[in-house]
Amino acid sequence: MAMLEIKDLEVYYGAIRAIKGISFEVEAGEVIALIGANGAGKTTTLHTITGLVPARKGSIQFLGQELTRIPAHKIVTLGIAHVPEGRRIFSEMTVYENLLMGAYIRKNRKETEETIAYVYERFPRLKERAKQIAGTLSGGEQQMLAMGRALMSHPKIMLLDEPSMGLSPILVSEIFTIIKEISAAGTTVLLVEQNAKKALSIADRGYVLETGNIVLSGTADELKEDESVRKAYLGE
Amino acid sequence: MESVIEQIINGLRTGSIYALIALGYTMVYGIAKMINFAHGDIIMVGAYSLYVFISLLHIPVILSILLSILVCALLGITMEKVAYKPLRNAPPLAVLITAIGMSFLLQSLALLIFKANPIPFKSIIKLAPVKIGSITIAGISIITFLVTTLIMIFLTLFIRYTKAGRAMRAVSEDRQAAELMGIDVNRTISMVFAIGSALGAVAGILYVCQYQTLQPTLGALPGIKAFVAAVFGGIGSVPGAMLGGILLGVIESISKAYISSELADAIVFSVLVLVLLLKPSGLLGKNRIEKV
Repeated sequence: MAMLEIKDLEVYYGAIRAIKGISFEVEAGEVIALIGANGAGKTTTLHTITGLVPARKGSIQFLGQELTRIPAHKIVTLGIAHVPEGRRIFSEMTVYENLLMGAYIRKNRKETEETIAYVYERFPRLKERAKQIAGTLSGGEQQMLAMGRALMSHPKIMLLDEPSMGLSPILVSEIFTIIKEISAAGTTVLLVEQNAKKALSIADRGYVLETGNIVLSGTADELKEDESVRKAYLGE
Repeated sequence: MESVIEQIINGLRTGSIYALIALGYTMVYGIAKMINFAHGDIIMVGAYSLYVFISLLHIPVILSILLSILVCALLGITMEKVAYKPLRNAPPLAVLITAIGMSFLLQSLALLIFKANPIPFKSIIKLAPVKIGSITIAGISIITFLVTTLIMIFLTLFIRYTKAGRAMRAVSEDRQAAELMGIDVNRTISMVFAIGSALGAVAGILYVCQYQTLQPTLGALPGIKAFVAAVFGGIGSVPGAMLGGILLGVIESISKAYISSELADAIVFSVLVLVLLLKPSGLLGKNRIEKV
């Protein structure tokens, strides 16, 4: 059984059907890319998994547990960390406090400090800026903080929403290298990206979302070779 | 000179009470993004509770104070659950009208139970006045300063350094991101209503000890002044509410003594208008700069 199984999921915003019955799955250890244009429903899909948006129909199973009835604040305790679009770090708190928030569900203070040390090791820039107010960080540093904050909960799977948004090409490469490292360290990754080229370069498999439907799926290599994907998303 | 100092001391005393009430407005606004216009009436409930526990039930003073605080905290939580929580995603106007309705409801209930005639209440503060040189400081002033200073220090430390305090800040900054961290937003909002209302109860107790009379509308005026103080200091800002409340009290007291007691309120509100013209977010309000 897959780690994360989404079946016939439908999501509405008022009367508008934003997700029109999609099904996909993520196996433990995989990096899965969810690609598609703006408004295709990628972010909505992630928001539904973590309970920020209610599902109207269908099911989301994580390690055999149904998520659609679980309140948003309980999802993270199951091992799902969501790095939302636009980072959504707590910009008035310090970098250190942001990391503490990421470990909110953990009770053991010593363990939390150890995890912070681990995050600092992975992101030395965050350590340098530990006492700085997070809102004053650069875009790339904020993305690193958002990812570091997500790691604080020791997730089994990390949902990443547009991690490359607004970053320079060098930073985008840096962020994707980090995502590969996070995956190599044993965390499953579900990656939503408009930058399909980058996403497919590190993904095992991918799904293409168009106006609320999954129109294509396959291994990353298959998708990279697909004529319609090349035209629509790789700009070739 | 002595009289100026005495006026400032009076102003600090009233201002401290405004500050306590303003904290409730500003914390609730920060976390629930709403103005709880029934907050002033929590003060009234706090004052009446004290009267019931002490004068009618003859419960010891300290216990009566604690019970009054508890009553208000529970009232705050209930009010949020019953009236405001169902409107979490409603337009702000609906929430505003509900809050005003809540205020009328509390006042009417007090009117029904205790009738409109003012009830005299003897202050529970028995501290003798203190003389420093030629200046006399009333016992109630000393107690008010002590209590409010301690509360402000504890509240600041609580918000800054505890896990619950950080959760409050997180929810107030970004409710969804806070949920993703595992914070129970409903519980955090309840906690803020409880804290704000508990501070309101303390304000009500200090207020009734100062004016020594109870009536169902007693919370209205300090409530609205404290709301002004919260806006003055920067709504949503905890230090802003403290500063705004204290400044408002001092300005009011000085205007009453040296300009005109009739014009005192007009002067207070003019200062507010002036501050908001120069700094629309209030004295310590945040001019949020978003970085992409």
